[in-house]
Amino acid sequence: MGNKQTIFTDEQLDAYQDCTFFTRKEILRLHGRYHEMAPHIVPMDYTNEPDVKIPIQLITNMPELKENPFKEQIVKTFSEDGAGNLSFNDFVDMFSVLSEMAPRELKAIYAFKIYDFNTDNFICKSDLEKTLNKLTREELAPEEVTLVCEKVIEEADLDGDGKLNYPDFENMIGKAPDFLSTFHIRI
Amino acid sequence: MFLGPHMVIVSIEVDNDESDDEQSEDTDNDSSEVEPQNSKESVGRNGKRKRKIEQESEEKSDDSEEEEEQSRKKNVKNRNKLTNRNNSDESEKETTKSRKNKNVKSKKKDSHSDDHDDESLDKNKKGKGDKKQMDSESDKEDNKKRGKRKDKNCKKDGNKGKGNKKKFSSSSGEESEEVITEEDVAKLKDEVDEKKKLIATLRNKPSPMKHKLQLLKEAQEFVEKFEGTLGKGKGKRFYAYKVMMTKKWMKFQRDFENFKTACIPWEMKIKEIESHFGSSVASYFIFLRWMYGINMVLFGLTFGLVMIPEALMGKPYGSMPRKTVPISEQDSAMNFATLWDFGGYAQYSVLFYGYYNNQRTIGWLKFRLPLGYFLVGVGTIGYSFMVVIRTMASNANEEGGGDDTSFNFSWKMFTSWDYLIGNAETADNKFASITTSFKESILEEQENRKEGNIHLTQFLRVLANVLVLLTLAGSGYLIFFVVRRSQKFAQEGLDDYGWWERNEVNMVMSLLGMFCPMLFDIISPLENYHPRIALQWQLGRIFALFLGNLYTFIIALLDEINLKLEEEKIVKYNITIWEKNLYNGSWLENSTSRPALDIDPAIVPRGPCWETMVGQEFVRLTVSDTLTTVITILIGDFLRAVFVRFVNYCWCWDLEYGFPSYAEFDISGNVLGLIFNQGMIWMGAFYAPCLPAINVLRLLASMYLQCWAVMCTNVPHERVFKASRSNNFYMAMLLIILFLSTLPAVYTIVSIPPSFDCGPFSGKDRMFDVIQETLDNDFPAWFGKVFTAATNPGLILSFILLLALAIYYLQATSESYKAANLELKKKLQNQSDENKKRNKKNAKAAANQMEELQNSLQNANERATGRDADKKANAVNSSNHPPAQGAYPPNGRRMRLAVPPHVAVTRPPRPRGPGQLPGRLHYPGPQQSHGAHPRMPRTGAAFR
Repeated sequence: MGNKQTIFTDEQLDAYQDCTFFTRKEILRLHGRYHEMAPHIVPMDYTNEPDVKIPIQLITNMPELKENPFKEQIVKTFSEDGAGNLSFNDFVDMFSVLSEMAPRELKAIYAFKIYDFNTDNFICKSDLEKTLNKLTREELAPEEVTLVCEKVIEEADLDGDGKLNYPDFENMIGKAPDFLSTFHIRI
Repeated sequence: MFLGPHMVIVSIEVDNDESDDEQSEDTDNDSSEVEPQNSKESVGRNGKRKRKIEQESEEKSDDSEEEEEQSRKKNVKNRNKLTNRNNSDESEKETTKSRKNKNVKSKKKDSHSDDHDDESLDKNKKGKGDKKQMDSESDKEDNKKRGKRKDKNCKKDGNKGKGNKKKFSSSSGEESEEVITEEDVAKLKDEVDEKKKLIATLRNKPSPMKHKLQLLKEAQEFVEKFEGTLGKGKGKRFYAYKVMMTKKWMKFQRDFENFKTACIPWEMKIKEIESHFGSSVASYFIFLRWMYGINMVLFGLTFGLVMIPEALMGKPYGSMPRKTVPISEQDSAMNFATLWDFGGYAQYSVLFYGYYNNQRTIGWLKFRLPLGYFLVGVGTIGYSFMVVIRTMASNANEEGGGDDTSFNFSWKMFTSWDYLIGNAETADNKFASITTSFKESILEEQENRKEGNIHLTQFLRVLANVLVLLTLAGSGYLIFFVVRRSQKFAQEGLDDYGWWERNEVNMVMSLLGMFCPMLFDIISPLENYHPRIALQWQLGRIFALFLGNLYTFIIALLDEINLKLEEEKIVKYNITIWEKNLYNGSWLENSTSRPALDIDPAIVPRGPCWETMVGQEFVRLTVSDTLTTVITILIGDFLRAVFVRFVNYCWCWDLEYGFPSYAEFDISGNVLGLIFNQGMIWMGAFYAPCLPAINVLRLLASMYLQCWAVMCTNVPHERVFKASRSNNFYMAMLLIILFLSTLPAVYTIVSIPPSFDCGPFSGKDRMFDVIQETLDNDFPAWFGKVFTAATNPGLILSFILLLALAIYYLQATSESYKAANLELKKKLQNQSDENKKRNKKNAKAAANQMEELQNSLQNANERATGRDADKKANAVNSSNHPPAQGAYPPNGRRMRLAVPPHVAVTRPPRPRGPGQLPGRLHYPGPQQSHGAHPRMPRTGAAFR
C-alpha cells in the first residue's frame, strides 16, 4: 500500500478512474509499463505531475503495439503534440480507448482518426491505399489495391463525394460485427 | 453540512472586480441568508427544465469545454443579477426610507420612478447584469464586512429604532428573494446536476486526457461548492446527508469494482495467449474461466448445503448399514484400485447419494436434509439454465450489427486486423490471411467461381460428409457393442474380469472422443471451407459424435438401472427372510430384548442402490475424461513438440515445417470437451454430490495445464481468424447440452422409485414426495390446501394454456417487428442507393461541366495567344462565362444546376491559364481543330 501512495495521490487515482475505464490497479500497472519503457526519464513519483514525454520509437516497441501495422498512426493519434510523443496522460488515454470497456462510439471516433493518415478529416483514397498496404504488407498488386479501395468507397460512401467522412465511417463500422472484438488492446 | 450558504455567493464572485460600494455588502448578506430557503420550491418548479437541460447537455457533450465556460459565465451573471436585485431593493429602501414592509413587493411591481429600481429591473429582464456595475468582492472581504454592515444598518436606522429596522430588512429581503432567487437556485441545481453528469460520462469523451482531467477538476470543485447549498430548512440537513451518503456509496462502488476486477483470475495468462494466438484461441480460455465460475457456484451449493451438513450433523460412519462398508467388501475397501474406482470407503461416504439418511431433520439446527438435497438438485439445474440464458442474451445484445453483407470490403479493410496480436509469428500469419482473404474477395468480385471448381468442391464436400457419417456410425456401433458386452460381464459378475473389462466403456468412449475429432480434422481440408465455417462444421460433427456417445451411455445406464431394480426386489425379499431368521434365532435366545438387537451394520444385507451406481459411473467417466485430456496434451502436443524440436537436427526433412510439425491448438475439440464434461456434471450431480467439486479441480488443472501447453508446444493457426460470434455459438451448444442432460436426470428423478435402503429419499414412493412431506409437516394446513388446489390439473392446464398463448403472442409480435425492421432496412438501403446515384450523377455532370469549361478556357487562351496580347486578357476573362453559358441550353436542367459551383472551381487556375497551354495542347486533340466549339467533349462525355 505504501508503495502506491508514492506514485500517485489518491485524488489523482480517483481522477484517472473517472476519466478512463481503468481500475486503480490497472492505472498503477500502466504507470509501471510507462516507467519501464524509459526508466531514466520517467520518475516514479507522479504526485506533482511532471511534464515528461516518451518518444514514439519507444512506445511503438511495446509488445502490445510492436506487431500492429498501424502503430505509428495509433500513437500519433493519441499524442497531444501530434508527433507521437506520449505523456503519461496520453498513454493512459490511448489504452483507455483501446480497452475492452470503451463504448463503440468512442472507439469509432478514434478508429477514424487512426485510419485518417493525412488528418484531413476524411478517409480518402490515399488513406485507404495506405491502410490496405499496411494490412497486406504491400503484397497486393496496384490494380488490386485500387479495386479494393474503389469497392470500399462504393460501399461506404453515402454522400458520393468519393471519400469517407466520419458519418460514413461510423455508419459502416457501427454495423461491423468484429469491430469491438478486434479494436481493443489488453494491457 | 458541507458548506455554509455564505460560501456560495463568495465563490462565484471570485472572478469579479473588487470595485464596489458599501451597499453591495449589505445586500450580499441578505441574499445569502434567504437564498437557500427558496431552493426547494424552485427545484420542484424547474424539474422540467432540468430534464431538458440534461438532454441538451448530452447533445453538447462534444464541445463540453465551451459549454463549461459558458455555464460558468452564466452562473456568475445569475449571481450578479441576484445581488444586483438585492442591491436595488436595498437602495430603494434607503432612498424612499419607507417602512411599510408589506408594500415592498407591490411597489416593485408598480415599477417605481426610482432610478435604481428601474435600472435593476431592466437588468433582470435582460438577464445580463454588467460586471462593471456589479458589486462584488472576494469571500474574505464579504465575511469581514458583514460585521460592518450591521453597524451601518444600525447607524442608518438608529433614529427610528433598531428592532423595527431589523424586521424590515429581513422581511423585505425575504419577499423579494422569493421571486428572484428561485430561478437562480434552480439553475444552480441544474448546473450541479449537469456537472455530475459530466463527471459520470467524462470517460466517454473523445478529448485528450489533460483536458479531461482539468474538466473533471473544475466540475468536481463546482459540485463540491454548490451541492451543500441545495436544500432548505430541515430538508437541508437531510439533503446534505444524502449527498454525503451518495459520495460514500460511489466510493464504495468504485472500491468494490476494483476489488471485483482484481478477483478475476488468469487475466494476464489469457492476455498473453491472446497476443500469441489471436482472439479465437483466447475465447476458449475465457470460456473455460466462465465455466469455472459456474462450477464454483454449483460446488458451493452442493458442498455447503448437502455435504457439509451431512458430514457434521448426520449420523456418523458405521452407525447404520447404508453408512458402512459391507463385510464382503471390507478387505479390499481401502485398496487403491477400489478407491480409484470410487468403490469401498469412497462409495460409502458423503461423496455419493447412498450414504445420506432419510431422517427428516438432522442436528440441532433441524436441517431438513432430504428436502435440502432435493432443492439443491433442482437449484443446480435452475441456476445453470438461468446463467446460460442470461449470458446468451447479453451476448446477443453486444453483437449489435447485423449480417449485412453490403460492407464486405470495408469491414475487411477496417476490422480485419486483430489489435490484440503481439506475437511476430501470429502477425505474419495474420498478414498472410488478410492478404488471401482480400484476394479471394477480389476474385469473387471479378468473376463468379469457375464451373469445374464448383463440381469438384461439391463432390469433395459430399465425400467428406459421407466419410464423417461413416465415422459417426462406426463409433456409435462400437459403443453399443461395448455396452452390450459390459452388460454381459456385469451379469456374469465383475470379479472374474480385469481392469480393462471393468473400464471398457469409459475407455472406449474417451478414446473415441480423442481420435474421431482427429479423423474429422483430416477429412475437413477436403471441403475447403473458410476456417470459420470449417470450425463450425467441425464443432457440429464433434457435437454429434459426443452426443451419440453420451446417449448410448445413458441408455446403457438405464438398462443397468432396470437390472438393479429387479435385483432390488429379490434382495428385499431376501432381507425379510434374513430378518425373520435373525429374529427367530434371537428369540430363541432371549425373547424379551427384541428391539435391543445389536447387529453389526456391516453384515446387514442391502439392496444394490442404483443411485450410487449412477453417480459412480458419472464420476468415473469424468475422471477418465480428465485423464484422457491430460494424456492427449502430453502425448499429442508435448511429446510431439519435443520430438519435432530435437529430432529435427538429424532428420532427412524439415520436421518443423514438414509433416509432423507442431500441433495447432484444437479449439473445437477442446470447447466441446468442456461442454460435454459440463453436461455430465449436470446429469450426475444429483447422484454424486462430489461431482461439482471434482469438476472444479479438473477445470483448475486444465486451465493451468492447457495454458502451459498452448504457450510452449503449440503454434498459431496458419490462417488466424477471429472468434466473432462463436461465443454465443458455444453458449448455444451449452444450452442444448444442458437441456439434453436435464432430460435423463429429470426422468430418473420423477419416474423411477428410489432405492428402499439408501439415500435421503429411501422409503418414499418417488423422490419429489419430499416436498409433499414438508408441506404437510412444516407448513400450516391452509398452505398445503392452497398448494394442492394450485396443483390440480385444471389449474395447471389452464396455466399452460396461458403460457402457450403468451408465447404465441410474443412470437407473433416479434415476427411483425422483424418484418417492420426488414422493411425499414430496405427503405434505408434504397434511400442511400438513391442518394448515391444522385450524388454520382451530380458529380459526373459537374465534372463534365468542368471539363467543358476548361476546354473553353483553353480555346480562349489559344485564341488569345494567337491574337494580340491586349485581347488575351479579355479572352481569358470572358471565356469563363460566355462559352459556359452558351453550353447550358442543350444540356437540360441538371447541368444548369450543377454548373455554378464549378465556375468557382475553375477560377483559381485562371491566372495560370497561359502557362498550362503547352501541356494542354497535346491532350485534348480534337478540340484544337474545332476551336471554340465547346460541345464536342461534353457530348462525348455524355455517352461515356
